Amino acid sequence: MSRERYEMVVGLEVHVQLKTRTKAFCACSADFGAPPNVNTCPVCLALPGALPVLNEHAVELATRAALGLGCQINPISVFARKNYFYPDLPKGYQISQFDQPLATGGAVAIGKDERGTDIRVGITRVHMEEDAGKSIHDRYPGATAIDLNRAGVPLIEIVSEPDIRTSADAGAYLRTLKQILQYLDVSDVSMEEGSLRVDANISVRPPGQTKLGTKTEVKNMNSFSAVERALEAEYDRQCALIDSGGRVEQQTLLWDGGRGTVRPSRTKEGSHDYRYFPEPDLRPLILDSKWIEDTRHDLPELPDARKKRLALEYGLSSAELDQLLASPDLAEYFEAVARESKDGKGSYNWVMGEVSAALRSSDNDIRQFRVRPADLAQLLNLVRDGTISHTAGKRVFALMLETGKPAAQVASDEGLLQVGDQDAIAVWVDEVLTEHPDEAKRYLAGEKKLQGVLVGFVMKKSKGRADPKRVNQLLSARAG
Amino acid sequence: MNVGDFTRLGAAAISSSVRSGETTPTEVVRAAFERARDIGAGADGLNIFLHSDEDASAEETRGLRKRLDSATDVGILAGVPVAIKDNIASLGLPTTCGSRILAGYVSPFEATAVTRLRANGALIIAKTNMDEFAMGSSTENSAFGPTRNPHDVRCVPGGSSGGSAAAVAAGITPIALGSETGGSVRQPAAFCGVVGVKPTYGRVSRYGLVAFASSLDQIGVVGRTVDDAALGLEAIAGFDKMDSTSSDADVPIYRVSALGKPAPEARAPDTEAMRIGRSPIPLPPPPDATTLKGIVIGKPKEYFPDSLDPAIKAHCERALDHFRSMGATIRDVSLPRSPLAIPVYYILAPAEASSNLARFDGVRYGLRVDPGSGLKAMYGATRSQGFGPEVTRRILLGTYVLSAGYYDAYYKKAQAVRTLIADDFRSVFTSGVHAIFTPTTPTPAFPVGAISDPYEMYLNDIFTVTANLAGVPAISVPIGRVRRLPVGGQIITAHFDEYTMFRVAYALEAALGAEAHQ
Repeated sequence: MSRERYEMVVGLEVHVQLKTRTKAFCACSADFGAPPNVNTCPVCLALPGALPVLNEHAVELATRAALGLGCQINPISVFARKNYFYPDLPKGYQISQFDQPLATGGAVAIGKDERGTDIRVGITRVHMEEDAGKSIHDRYPGATAIDLNRAGVPLIEIVSEPDIRTSADAGAYLRTLKQILQYLDVSDVSMEEGSLRVDANISVRPPGQTKLGTKTEVKNMNSFSAVERALEAEYDRQCALIDSGGRVEQQTLLWDGGRGTVRPSRTKEGSHDYRYFPEPDLRPLILDSKWIEDTRHDLPELPDARKKRLALEYGLSSAELDQLLASPDLAEYFEAVARESKDGKGSYNWVMGEVSAALRSSDNDIRQFRVRPADLAQLLNLVRDGTISHTAGKRVFALMLETGKPAAQVASDEGLLQVGDQDAIAVWVDEVLTEHPDEAKRYLAGEKKLQGVLVGFVMKKSKGRADPKRVNQLLSARAG
Repeated sequence: MNVGDFTRLGAAAISSSVRSGETTPTEVVRAAFERARDIGAGADGLNIFLHSDEDASAEETRGLRKRLDSATDVGILAGVPVAIKDNIASLGLPTTCGSRILAGYVSPFEATAVTRLRANGALIIAKTNMDEFAMGSSTENSAFGPTRNPHDVRCVPGGSSGGSAAAVAAGITPIALGSETGGSVRQPAAFCGVVGVKPTYGRVSRYGLVAFASSLDQIGVVGRTVDDAALGLEAIAGFDKMDSTSSDADVPIYRVSALGKPAPEARAPDTEAMRIGRSPIPLPPPPDATTLKGIVIGKPKEYFPDSLDPAIKAHCERALDHFRSMGATIRDVSLPRSPLAIPVYYILAPAEASSNLARFDGVRYGLRVDPGSGLKAMYGATRSQGFGPEVTRRILLGTYVLSAGYYDAYYKKAQAVRTLIADDFRSVFTSGVHAIFTPTTPTPAFPVGAISDPYEMYLNDIFTVTANLAGVPAISVPIGRVRRLPVGGQIITAHFDEYTMFRVAYALEAALGAEAHQ
């Protein structure tokens, strides 16, 4: 019932690790998973006298991401120091951006409402910053271990407007964001590896009220569904609190997935004074307008645009396209097959069917997939023009995967070319009628529904080579 | 050659004598250590060096010998012994910044400036005493005891690069590296009767210089003579990819005395920002370097207040007369916002320092004091026992001015005034003035322990701090003595015009001759 009385208002802060080879301000590897403190140097250890030097590739990726999210790139942005003490923050400050971020004012469409209009979530800002290291509290009794491999890895923080109204929309926003970033190839966007992290700001208010309620910040969600569940839990908590005459207190909460509840964090946000000031070791970042335009020009086609185009070109449904576009590489593969075979629907069925199944069972990457789009297109064409049957097509596909040979060759080697010859089919039909006297008798007596069973027997006997159309014709003729 | 010769020889003479084989690097280094012993440079005497290792230095000279023997180009400082301020990271010797919190700390990497000195054949023989983290004007703030002025052991050598100035003044090395944030090379150079140069911000890489206030810090050079300072700067100047604030402007040949070589055309530096796809704007070629004819020297009235020590004023007037007689024009100018420099500096420098010194937290290196009652207690104990009172004062000051609610009133306003101070210099230098001349300090060296009020100590930097705020180059040259103690005159030029600055300095030094020390 609180659904009617209170509206959920959510803004998300998403940290995304950029896919650079090296860290944001030094030449150390940014790889995940190395032994502790191996990927460190004087700069990311904050040894006395070391200085940061900005990674140009990080700027490029951050700019691509911001452009892909529809943001304005600020021609001048300024790095700032966010000061606080923590053992895994070697310098005692994080290099971030504060009042002059890289980009502002974007938006993403996350779906359509009941009336069919786009649901849009505004992007307040995208700024660059560096990651901190990791504190490991549960490894050595009575001591905390510090791993600084992650310290200095480049991140962008994507801050949304408080435009999200349901937990489902929060999930949709995150999935859309993830997909866009994947298409832009700027990040691995893996919540498991920590290359995508989400903090949620949530408040509630009576519908129609424009003033925002007091918000809380919820952290520690390790999956998109955890974000949705955490928002529901916090929404219920805030509603119940207000209903019982209480007031929401501005605070940081941690999601406890096991219990399905939020609990207050030990460190109180808001009591922090980060003493931001412009980072004097780095000059303001000035981006040439031509460079920005070139970067914009070089952006790949984003999911939204690709969806519209594919719907138009290949007549696929929205649901089909959503499935296909979930993986940019698979969509790429599909398009190549469809372009070559000129059969959108058929390509879709094959890619989502046989190809996806083969990928799943072999744990393979579509980019290394043995059957290249042109080969699959050839197979589609052979099936379409009746050279091989659909059933035989699946067998051909399996053999193509196994041998790497083209479709036509596999079909002819295996004798799977479809047999349209009336005489050969007649022999198989006769044999089947002899071998299954009971069904044959009933069928010939007028039990029409048995025709399918008999066709099946013939197909089996011919190892899929018989043209089913002819088989049907012949059987009908026998039944007279 | 005997030891006495080395205490008088300039870097150029030592270098050419080493290159010609007349002297060996071993002899030079031995002479430097002998001189240090003779003059009592140790902790119980002048307390100039915090770390030195004669054996390691001997080892290093053998490396240089090999380079000499294999006839590779050993550089302009071949065999020249150099002392390095202890806040500049060096391999082999500790880097403690004169602080307990870094006692015994040896850097695993080396400052670019030191690497360049070595590449030019210099021999690093010692690390010099300093005010803790370069915060001070007397070297009394060193955690390892004050350095004494070689001209009068009762007096301070100035600071914060007091050890470097004293090492050169005592005749141990012809060149020493110091660092400046608000006058920390020029002021001790003036107090010790030697030459001290602070180059343009961005001229020398700060990589390896332990940061005090990053937007003001710059490595500088102390030299026995202008030529020593010029040679030292030439060796270390230039772009370094490890320091984003270092400039890629070409480095001219500063040694005007080695004339005949015209300065190469300088390119305008990119002082504004890191740009992707920018194009440099050429500067006009520098004026003729053999005379001061055509040179206009500005005399800013704010730097000659009525309260200025009349003896210092007289020495300045004598210097100005020399400029006139060499053909220069002296013009009265005004830098009206200069009186605001001290308050601006004592907001900005501590603000940056409070952040720069956060890394000394007892976690990764240096002192750790752990009372065993949690993280905060460890931080508190480490930092309050590791830092001395002046460093603590500035961290507190800086933390305060950056705090929410005070940032606009202090830090932001100070930044705005800093811009105005820089504008003052810009308008003087764009009105046909080539160089500005001022006294380096309002007084000569004072006795150890004489100044206990921090604010009174801060006023020592009143004539020097503006060059740091504006980022322009400046040099202090000895111009005479007041009550038997040396005083200096300061020449300031436009950004990246060290060439003109040295040209005027060479001329002044030559014109004064022995008067510079009278």
